[in-house]
Amino acid sequence: MTMKGPERPLFDVEEMEVSFGPQHPATHGVLRVQMKLDGERIVEAKPIIGYLHRGTEKLFETMTFPACIPHTDRLDYVNAAHNNQGFCVTMEKLLGISIPPRAAYLRMILAELQRLASHLVWFATHAVDIGAITPFFYTFRERDDILDLFEEYCGARLTLNCMKIGGLPFELPEGWLDRCAEFVDAFPSHIDEYETLLTTNRIWKKRTIGVGVISPEDAIDMGLTGPPLRGSGIEWDIRKVFPYDRYDEVEFDVPTGTNCDTYDRYLVRVEEMRQSTRILRQCLEKLPEGPIMAKAPKVLRSPEGMVYGSVESPKGELGYFIVATENGTEPYRCRVRPPSFVNLQSLPKMVEGSLVADLMAVIGTLDIVLGEIDR
Amino acid sequence: MSDDKPTPNIDDLVIDVEAEKAAKIAAAKAAAAKKAAEEASPKDPWEEKPVPPVHSDAADDDDVTALNGALEGSVVGADHFAGAVTVTVRAEKILDVCRFLKEERDYDFLVDQTAVDWPEREEGRFDLIYWLHRYSDSKRLRLRAIVGEDQTLESVAPVWGAANWMEREVYDLFGVVFENHPGLERILTWEGFNGHPLRKDFPVEGIDTGAAIYPDVYPSGGGPIQPDEGEGA
Amino acid sequence: MPEPILQLLLIPLVKIVVLLVVVLLIVAYLTYAERKILGYMQVRLGPNRVGPKGWLQPVADGLKLLVKEDLVPGGAEKLVFIIAPAIVMVPALVMFAVIPFGEPFEVAGMTITPYLADINIALLFILGVSSVGVFGIMLGGWSSNNKFSLMGGLRSAAQMVSYEIPMGFAIISAVLMAGTLSMVGIVEAQRTAGWWFVFPGILGFGIYWICGIAETNRNPFDLPEAEAELVAGFHTEYSGMKFALFYLAEYANMMIVSAMAVVMFLGGWLPPFPNLLAGLWASPALAWIPGVIWFLAKMSFFLFCYIWFRGTFPRYRFDQLMAVGWKWLLPLSLANVMLVGLGVLLLKG
Repeated sequence: MTMKGPERPLFDVEEMEVSFGPQHPATHGVLRVQMKLDGERIVEAKPIIGYLHRGTEKLFETMTFPACIPHTDRLDYVNAAHNNQGFCVTMEKLLGISIPPRAAYLRMILAELQRLASHLVWFATHAVDIGAITPFFYTFRERDDILDLFEEYCGARLTLNCMKIGGLPFELPEGWLDRCAEFVDAFPSHIDEYETLLTTNRIWKKRTIGVGVISPEDAIDMGLTGPPLRGSGIEWDIRKVFPYDRYDEVEFDVPTGTNCDTYDRYLVRVEEMRQSTRILRQCLEKLPEGPIMAKAPKVLRSPEGMVYGSVESPKGELGYFIVATENGTEPYRCRVRPPSFVNLQSLPKMVEGSLVADLMAVIGTLDIVLGEIDR
Repeated sequence: MSDDKPTPNIDDLVIDVEAEKAAKIAAAKAAAAKKAAEEASPKDPWEEKPVPPVHSDAADDDDVTALNGALEGSVVGADHFAGAVTVTVRAEKILDVCRFLKEERDYDFLVDQTAVDWPEREEGRFDLIYWLHRYSDSKRLRLRAIVGEDQTLESVAPVWGAANWMEREVYDLFGVVFENHPGLERILTWEGFNGHPLRKDFPVEGIDTGAAIYPDVYPSGGGPIQPDEGEGA
Repeated sequence: MPEPILQLLLIPLVKIVVLLVVVLLIVAYLTYAERKILGYMQVRLGPNRVGPKGWLQPVADGLKLLVKEDLVPGGAEKLVFIIAPAIVMVPALVMFAVIPFGEPFEVAGMTITPYLADINIALLFILGVSSVGVFGIMLGGWSSNNKFSLMGGLRSAAQMVSYEIPMGFAIISAVLMAGTLSMVGIVEAQRTAGWWFVFPGILGFGIYWICGIAETNRNPFDLPEAEAELVAGFHTEYSGMKFALFYLAEYANMMIVSAMAVVMFLGGWLPPFPNLLAGLWASPALAWIPGVIWFLAKMSFFLFCYIWFRGTFPRYRFDQLMAVGWKWLLPLSLANVMLVGLGVLLLKG
């Protein structure tokens, strides 16, 4: 921008164009928001994405069904288990495989642990975006415990690749369940600890209440799913509506908000963490003995047709739409329905007219992961 | 259960042939006996050979009959597969169909919109897929519209706000043009990218986009520097 | 050596050198303390690799900043860009000239004052000089030719101007009680009054402290350099030693604000409660500890509070910050001046 030159009048009212990102500490990766600012007020915000596009959907078309699973890890990279689960659930639907109960319960355990890990990342980064740096270290302490459990199970901490079409690749290591139970027992007290840092903090409330409001009608129109939709007061969770694995056998509540703002979404996610520990506890209790793999053929051959399967990822509805050809060994087309992509779309609606600082709050509350948006 | 070896044992592969033969015979006998025993008692579903879902006609589906009643000639066919109904509709009518489904049939949530490329197909090259959801009874419905390569399609962004970016993505990756879209720009690739990556004729390894940053130093298509082609583009 | 030269030149010169060295050392170790304390608040260790327990970390940081490449962005206003850090740093150091760290003491028959100058308008001097620092931040933000820096500079200008007013009124309440603008005089007034001004002036103290945090751009008022919004605010484009100057100035300003709070409200170098504890055994023991130690101890409490707040609070939004300043602190500080004035009038007649 040029500020020099005498030809400019003294009090020139001008909208400043700011390109926010793709290199910026608060964009959760490589999001770019092209903004028009009137002082500190956002007149127009336009998210520009695609900086992390790797052509995952194109790659899916070139590899066999099981070989796709490691690539799903890289979509939402703080949330690999749900990506795996979504793909496996969809493939099982296509192939007509029903998985053994032990495998289903173990998948749920892994998925709920992953949900906790993902929500902890959200909690940390959301707080840092609003200027509170301390919660970051507390949440990452517990996240590390979860990642340790993952590492022990499958050897990886982030890109887990921990599920197979028809079940699970490995049986649990010795003592894993005890360590998991120990963690699950301790975790609710940690949630209380996080909440003391923020929930009743005046500045936190000032920064989040009434910020990023989106009405339930708009939320549905814009296709929001997951916590942003529930924060707008719509009780909707894939785990309840279209139960996959054995979610119909466990009890949990779907928390919802009333004010449709950032603070409500914050409360919804915190409550979701508590519900996840509840699910985990039930899974650990009910975990049956038995095989962990269904009797699936060695080479998976698909029937012709299209199938859509979805799971409730921490970000929203994560869906896989697979088009298969007769006797095919690889997907003809595999579309990922990324929740962050659809949720990000309502960013302009939520921030236009508010201040620059609110943009950070809203990006944080949408809980986007660019790996999933750009694919 | 923790004593089991989760992975195939390497020792099994190096035992001598005689023992292997004997073991095989024994195993086959045991398997036959087991099979006989199992046939008597019903097996758990995960023990059985998976049965893939089959296609069936879904012309009597509520939504299909409603669509047929309200917008005559819009429905080409309806198919039921893997728990979901796919209604094939005429591409020219897509906006009317979507409006009708949203306003009369309460499908107020567009879950997903995408396309599938069938380059060799006669009816038209692309399948446009709309995946709708109804909150009242959690029913989902898939619409399919077939479009030719140089055919355009009415945008459904005025019906569902969510369609905006999804249509941009389809335009970007498949090159299907939507009419009356509020801002049909590329979304995942950059402006000026020539090609539509998810078309089947687009090579997986990518194309020379002509967008190398230092064309005099690096070859314009990427890859290792070749002395001959160093000064391309 | 003739007496005047010694008195007028040599001793002040030595004092200046000692003061600068001590202040910069404290600043350096303040950064270390901040990282260590934040570390313990955030269940981690903090620096622990350079030297025993990380004691040499500030040295390593300084070295790193010294040898780093000093970038000047292509579109920057070069001269302003280079001068700006100095404009921020110099006032921050100059203000230390009038801070009284302790009582005068005698060495070899000469009375030495542990402060550079006792001028009768010391508080005005500090207020005036501290305002110059704002220019450095504004110019630094503007000359970087970066939109985020510009916004950071504008924010800090607006913020510092808004918060200087209630801060001035809070200072006036202390001045009313002491009846002088001299820093030494204020401390002496507290000695004669027998109590620290924090007790009658608790409201003024609170306002001063909040404004002081805002003036130094620290949490929860660190909007000019809000990382999540403005990358690093006004010093986004600065690197190497120029960045170090901004950084040091921020900590030096923190010290000034803390030192002023100590002088005006916590009795400067005086040991606690001279009158209340007069008859108790602890009184001579407390009086035996040198005033400088008392001063530094009180100051470090405030510095700790700075770090503590940083570990605790989220950040205000800009409009909220302005609302706090203009809608709350300004009327409160005005009311406080009236209250204190009334009290002084009634008590002293």
